[in-house]
Amino acid sequence: MEKLLLLGAEAIAQGAIDGGMSGIYAYPGTPSTEITEYVQNNKTAIERNIHRQWSANEKTAMEAALGMSYAGKRAMVCMKHVGLNVAADAFINSAITGVNGGLIVTVADDPSMHSSQNEQDSRFFGKFAMIPILEPSNQQEAYDLAYEGFDLSEKYKVPVLLRITTRLSHSRAGIERQPLKSENKISYPEDPIQFVLLPSNARKRYKGLLAIQSLLEQASENSDYNTYYPGRDKSLGIIACGIAHNYLLENFPGRNCPHPVLQIAQYPIPYSKIEKIVNECERILVLEDGYPFVEEQLRGFLEINSKIIGRLNGIIPRDGELNPDIVARALGKEVKIYHSVPEIVKNRPPELCSGCSHRDIYNALNETMLEFGKQKVFSDIGCYTLGALPPWNAINSCVDMGASITMAKGAADAGIRPSVAVIGDSTFTHSGMTALLDCVYENTPVTVIISDNSTTAMTGGQASHATGRLEEICIGLGVKPEHVRVLTPLPKYHDEMVKVLREELNYEGVSVIIPRRECIQTATKTKKEIKVKNVEVQS
Amino acid sequence: MKSDIILSGVGGQGIVSIAATISMAALENNLFIKQSEVHGMSQRGGAVQSHLRISQEEISSDLIPLGKADLIISVEPMESLRYLPWLSENGWLVTNTTPFINIPDYPDLKEILGEIEKLPHHIAINADEIARQVKSPRSSNMVMLGAASPFLDLPYGFLESGIKKIFGKKGEKVVQLNIDALKAGREFAIEHKKS
Ligand SMILES: Cc1ncc(C[n+]2csc(CCOP(=O)(O)OP(=O)(O)O)c2C)c(N)n1
Repeated sequence: MEKLLLLGAEAIAQGAIDGGMSGIYAYPGTPSTEITEYVQNNKTAIERNIHRQWSANEKTAMEAALGMSYAGKRAMVCMKHVGLNVAADAFINSAITGVNGGLIVTVADDPSMHSSQNEQDSRFFGKFAMIPILEPSNQQEAYDLAYEGFDLSEKYKVPVLLRITTRLSHSRAGIERQPLKSENKISYPEDPIQFVLLPSNARKRYKGLLAIQSLLEQASENSDYNTYYPGRDKSLGIIACGIAHNYLLENFPGRNCPHPVLQIAQYPIPYSKIEKIVNECERILVLEDGYPFVEEQLRGFLEINSKIIGRLNGIIPRDGELNPDIVARALGKEVKIYHSVPEIVKNRPPELCSGCSHRDIYNALNETMLEFGKQKVFSDIGCYTLGALPPWNAINSCVDMGASITMAKGAADAGIRPSVAVIGDSTFTHSGMTALLDCVYENTPVTVIISDNSTTAMTGGQASHATGRLEEICIGLGVKPEHVRVLTPLPKYHDEMVKVLREELNYEGVSVIIPRRECIQTATKTKKEIKVKNVEVQS
Repeated sequence: MKSDIILSGVGGQGIVSIAATISMAALENNLFIKQSEVHGMSQRGGAVQSHLRISQEEISSDLIPLGKADLIISVEPMESLRYLPWLSENGWLVTNTTPFINIPDYPDLKEILGEIEKLPHHIAINADEIARQVKSPRSSNMVMLGAASPFLDLPYGFLESGIKKIFGKKGEKVVQLNIDALKAGREFAIEHKKS
């Protein structure tokens, strides 16, 4: 079969489609976004009408995927690592309910925080939920594990966590496909109360989950993806998880590693394979992209086993993404650098696009805040977070999606006046609506600016659930209609914006200001598409 | 056959189109490929880079180790210098000389070109100007690819067929404009690599 050149993220999407998936549920988030986007544009997915619309947030996505699994069909839910925090309640409990149709939870971690607030390692969540974790080492394995993951999930009747990191997700390689499977038909769970987590039933289900742990360990033990490679030099043994295995091989061209190597791509940790390599070798180097998840378990609290080395003993940095050079140094190899970066090279941080509507609202807000004082603006996650950088320095927080409104509320409760929140339209419908309801409930004096560019811009311009319904949502939640103010953020309306901002900042109650103008990126894209269409029509 | 290439530029300049053309050429000829790219935050006008590896042998790492890149292709002069630690001892640096200035402390272009001159193997080309000369002003990235082509361990014909494959949908004319740009870049590099 012809090879496809796919990003790791796209390989997962193709694997899931070929594996008989009936629905994908997701909220965008780097580095996971391309999985869903690939399904949205895939021919088979369109022909089969696989569910592929975006969800409002990761929790709603997780729950909808669980619902599809309840109905006997195969579903995947995708998110970035911090998305799993949002979906955690549904995720942990889905291990207790178990599944009917196969369910894969794909989570993309971002070590080194290329586009994230933290670098948490989702494998801990998988262990916490007590479900199998799959961690591919390359794009082909990403395809294969997505394809086979549904079977694994259906065999043990639990969700499966598919964990990748940025580098694998955003790197392309040639992929060989497996035969397209048909979708599952609708079937109800055998036990009508399987999904009813009333304590009496939840206790039973939890015991069931505990009971299959030994089976899951056995599955890891026998998995073709957990491979033990013998080696003659037993002064060192190497455990390489997921993508770390590639960095190891890079240092031994032709797969010429003299040391025993245990490659891990399926968890729970394969106990007897670990036991074998630890007993055989004098020292054990653990390579993993993310937290020292395996390393910590091997060391144990008392560190009786002091021959384990890795991130915890400092031979590998405790934080940040792994790479072939870090692995080379850990192996005692020299890394030669021939040319250094000249001093004249300056940093080039990301910035708001020229013509971006967020620029205009920050200009107006900054001018208004001169009258009201500093450090009173809470913000959120999206392109508009770049307002934290010069020349604006306009915002004082960015924590987790939706937190701008609730933090502004807490600060207002503490007595800060005025207390301002700046949030994007997609972030607002992701997690800001309940926060606004809290404000309405107490009529807390906060001014919420929903900077509406009618898209989810930061992650590449996905549709936003907020488009066309923001005023109705705010009024529906109880904000007084006269304090829902819509503005057009353009330099020519600067004075008008300042005036409205001043009025609402002086109001002792909940107000919402909606500066609305389409994202400059999506606007140019649509223009181009229209142009291309016209050309096609003419020719 | 093996080339380890770092592509660099500023988010929005479209270095991915260069990577895609090389990858397509390599894929068509059954070579192994790994191409890592930047999505997310830094695409908004920040510094971006892509590691592209093609080889007859299986490739392990998605990232090129330090000191092992055969070639740096940069569509922006200051960005060409940012990834020098990856360049091998005898590697080539091929860069556009048209600056993209979106920071207040952008250095003097003369100083940047001076640093580029210090490297033993380099091509500095005004790709924007050459693209205009061949009446393909939007193909400066293909000029850059052409200028890098003598240093790629890949037959030149592969690149032309890569372009055909990628731009084919957009019609004959677009394909030809890109091939013209590719050729012009290549001629410049062949002429200047001796001096
Ligand atoms: C829980 C969580 N999910 C997803 C993301 C990724 N993410 C960051 S910003 C953003 C989009 C924000 O869109 P919007 O609020 O409309 O602002 P814009 O970027 O359009 O200005 C997304 C999806 C995240 N950081 N956290």
